Amino acid sequence: MTAQAEGEAADTDLVHAFIDGQPVSVPKGTLIIRAAEQVGVEIPRFCDHPLLDPVAACRQCLVEVEGMPKPQPACALYVSEDMKVKTQDTSTEAEVAQKGVMEFLLANHPLDCPVCDKGGECPLQNQAMTAGRTTSRYTLPKRTFPKPINVSAQVLLDRERCVNCQRCTRFADEIAGDPLIDLMERGAEQQIGIGEEPFDSYFSGNTIQICPVGALTSADYRFKARPFDLVSVPTTCEHCASGCATRTDWRHESVERRYAWEDPAVNEDWNCDKGRFAFKYLSENRLTTPLVREDGQLRKASWPEALRIVAARLAQAGSRSAVVTGGRLSLEDAYAYGRFARTDLGTDNIDFRTRPTSQEEQDFLASRVAGTAGPTYADLEAAPTVLLVGFEPEEESPIVYLRLRKAVRKHGMRVFSIAPFASEGLEKLSGELLATVPGSEAATLRSLPDDVAKELRADGAMILVGERLAQSQGGLSAAVALSEQTGASLAWIPRRAGERGSLDAGAISGLLPGGRPITDAAARQEVAKVWGIEALPETPGLNLAGIIAAIAADEAGAAAAEDSEEEYERSIEALILAGVDVSDVAEPAALQRAIDDAPFVVALDIRPTEVTAAADVVFPVATVAEKSGTFVDWEGRRRPFAITFPETQMFSDATVLSLIADNLDHDPAPRNVPALRAEIEALGAWAGERPDVPQVPAPPASPAGDNQTAVLATWRLLLDLGVTQEGAPYLAATRRPSVARISAATAAGLGIGEGDPVRVGSQTGSITLPVAVTEMPDGIVWVPTNSPDSRVTESLGVGAGATVSLSRPTDLTEGA
Amino acid sequence: MADLPPALSGFWVTFRTMFQKVVTEQYPEQAAKYPPKPRFHGRHQLNRHPDGLEKCVGCELCAWACPADAIYVQGAANVEGDRHSPGERYGRVYQINYLRCIFCAMCIEACPTRALTMTHEFDLADHSREVLIYEKDQLLAPLTENMVAPPHAMVAGTTEKDYYEGKVTGATTEQREEVAHREEAEEADEVVDAEASS
Ligand code: SF4
Ligand code: SF4
Ligand code: SF4
Ligand code: SF4
Ligand code: FES
Repeated sequence: MTAQAEGEAADTDLVHAFIDGQPVSVPKGTLIIRAAEQVGVEIPRFCDHPLLDPVAACRQCLVEVEGMPKPQPACALYVSEDMKVKTQDTSTEAEVAQKGVMEFLLANHPLDCPVCDKGGECPLQNQAMTAGRTTSRYTLPKRTFPKPINVSAQVLLDRERCVNCQRCTRFADEIAGDPLIDLMERGAEQQIGIGEEPFDSYFSGNTIQICPVGALTSADYRFKARPFDLVSVPTTCEHCASGCATRTDWRHESVERRYAWEDPAVNEDWNCDKGRFAFKYLSENRLTTPLVREDGQLRKASWPEALRIVAARLAQAGSRSAVVTGGRLSLEDAYAYGRFARTDLGTDNIDFRTRPTSQEEQDFLASRVAGTAGPTYADLEAAPTVLLVGFEPEEESPIVYLRLRKAVRKHGMRVFSIAPFASEGLEKLSGELLATVPGSEAATLRSLPDDVAKELRADGAMILVGERLAQSQGGLSAAVALSEQTGASLAWIPRRAGERGSLDAGAISGLLPGGRPITDAAARQEVAKVWGIEALPETPGLNLAGIIAAIAADEAGAAAAEDSEEEYERSIEALILAGVDVSDVAEPAALQRAIDDAPFVVALDIRPTEVTAAADVVFPVATVAEKSGTFVDWEGRRRPFAITFPETQMFSDATVLSLIADNLDHDPAPRNVPALRAEIEALGAWAGERPDVPQVPAPPASPAGDNQTAVLATWRLLLDLGVTQEGAPYLAATRRPSVARISAATAAGLGIGEGDPVRVGSQTGSITLPVAVTEMPDGIVWVPTNSPDSRVTESLGVGAGATVSLSRPTDLTEGA
Repeated sequence: MADLPPALSGFWVTFRTMFQKVVTEQYPEQAAKYPPKPRFHGRHQLNRHPDGLEKCVGCELCAWACPADAIYVQGAANVEGDRHSPGERYGRVYQINYLRCIFCAMCIEACPTRALTMTHEFDLADHSREVLIYEKDQLLAPLTENMVAPPHAMVAGTTEKDYYEGKVTGATTEQREEVAHREEAEEADEVVDAEASS
């Protein structure tokens, strides 16, 4: 049934009933507890959760239903025609039943609220007040357990407090697909527990939030604060492009915790553990003052001094400047960089993609993604079939994964994945693998099995492509072609929260805000009018690869000129880097060389990095907690966030850029978020013609690896060595272990087995990890991109699809 | 006297008072002579269990109850080797701002462990705002003969409950030794530090 048909059915299929004498009309299949909410009657509950299947485990919601012999659980009984329900408000029977249940629940409850982290926001405390007795009649010794125990490094369980509502186990099983906790034992000894494995689910933090008592608490937040201490701010998670609504709770200029905030259209009630627990980076190891280089050393400087130096050098460099931003910026800040580059510097040399990329990807983004409104989470949930290409939803965009899982569970969505092996996430989606050697994605896309192609022709089918596909020649072109052939909609799901916003804001060469091609005169005119300038650069500038190449060429040219004692005119005089990590790109050494060789480097960052260490001037900027702004999620949906620390002294990137513009004696640039938003709104999306889609052919089939070499497959895990996860030890302890995946035959060829170390090498270095023998094509090795002992860009200096050497580490020692 | 002109009757009251007993108390010279009433609300005190462990569990109920927002508490977990109270939780930071406190004793009523009570100390005056924010070390009850200063372990073989039921009556030899060891080690460290810095 399509969503529309469901809507129509809802109008005609209403049932009519009475709750406490009030008439209600609700769609068929509505639970009494939900219907009661609609007429303002709150029935106490513990196990009930609108997004979990009903179980009627706690019995707190008992109500009287006319014609039924005993009180019934309101959370598990559907409203039927003419049903007459009496709740605790009008029925003594219901009230007595609820009081009885509460008395039983409290019989073994430790009532240690003063030392319990849930105290002050506890449904059991609240409902004991509304549906409980004032005194306890139970005087015998209570059942006790040693407390607390770790169900994972970051989730603590106090079994004495548990009311066995099974919200946590149902969440883990139904929503996350990680049934690692379960109800054990019987009777008074009944308890939640884990088996052999800890509860290392990427979504485990949600159980802490939905546990209606203090049985599940967070190791990180343990005893830190009480709800009344905390100031809550509605925020958007900055860790990925899922766009979760979150709530940031802080006190004394320190973020104490983050919760998932309800947004039915996006993250429903959930978020992932990265979004929940990775926030220490906001306060630790920060840059606080501008730095300038003097006699080869960076020293602290005042804002006016640093701004003057930068303005003087940028005025000289002018259009011979380049801007690189790190993909984590808010929409407003990214827009400010794009505007600054074009108006104040007069250059189009700008790129936000500090990761393995390609020109093909840039063309794809310009033609199909920038400034468009694509498919949404609702479309995703309704899709009958989804094809994932170079995309691991659980690792890269966890809420997309949860939606897919919901659709798989609720209506049997079929999921196909073009990847080297079936990841854990794909298995939890009951997905089917179209095993593909990295680099051959285009070939697979162009020769899909007939049944898959047929499924993709169904109404609402979707193709989701990840950032990894940019590394596979012809992959994106083939995905576009497939989408055009089958009618399946196509969505690009980047990893970082700032990527989509940066694209829409025009922080990439060749594209002005709203997806306007810089080569289009009408588009340039629209933008020039809003920016109040005469003219914009007319030809696309350099992207990141071009900038690196230009600096290398300049360096060679300058060296040659020096020999002949000529002046050399460089093409890049000044480089502005915002939130860039050198190790993010495929070849960190090349980027580092460019930074070292560029005549003048300005870095804007929240913390000291290799980039700030090499810069000539460094400006500290605000974190997401110190500014307001907007992230744009993969759907293209705006996700605004409020400032957490209103009294901060830090400047946002946009403010720093406007200060530089002032020092350049240019027209004032918009400095704050409302002004920037107004300009972005005024520009809107581009309605004119778009560039053509890329038509890059599939590369010729590359020979698969032999026993000594293999094709490298790699992607980032959700929890890894990312800088924004620093300072969160409990979170780090739940990371998936770093392993190297090879097929059984490849392992046998090397003479190694499960768990033995294998060495993956390239020209620049090597990685040694234990082997996980995995069902996958021979001649491929998969390692995580940025995990402990496995930093692919730094060690190997190559990306997915490259050929690497495989060996037994012992071979080396024997040889040596 | 009733017939005296109104102006003079006022003088008469003044004159008569000169022969009455003086109620002015000489403070601070004779402070000891006039102790506060038994239920007087003076400076707070954070009490200890008989072996010296702190009674405060860092629950913040006092801070919650305080109508003047005078109390700031931050809890923390007791861990192996760093135990300040019986049970899981203790008050790591405890401050009362005596510029805000109105001595209403709502906090005392709220405290679930009887950690917080009030003394008779009333002379809370000083020259700066900062010093009137009392820290935990200023509020903690002094150690008696039977107590040793935390952090130290609970009396061996007891539970948190035993402390509340009054089964712990004083520090055991084990606890004394633990604390003595710790203090020795700390002194040694200080010597090393001092040598290193000199
Ligand atoms: S741990 Fe919490 S959520 Fe899980 S069953 Fe117990 S009370 Fe319910
Ligand atoms: S899914 Fe993405 S946006 Fe949501 S909490 Fe996790 S990292 Fe943040
Ligand atoms: S005595 Fe009253 S005002 Fe003073 S700290 Fe206690 S509750 Fe607050
Ligand atoms: S003094 Fe009492 S009420 Fe206040 S934090 Fe300590 S135990 Fe809780
Ligand atoms: S809420 Fe209905 S049985 Fe738990």
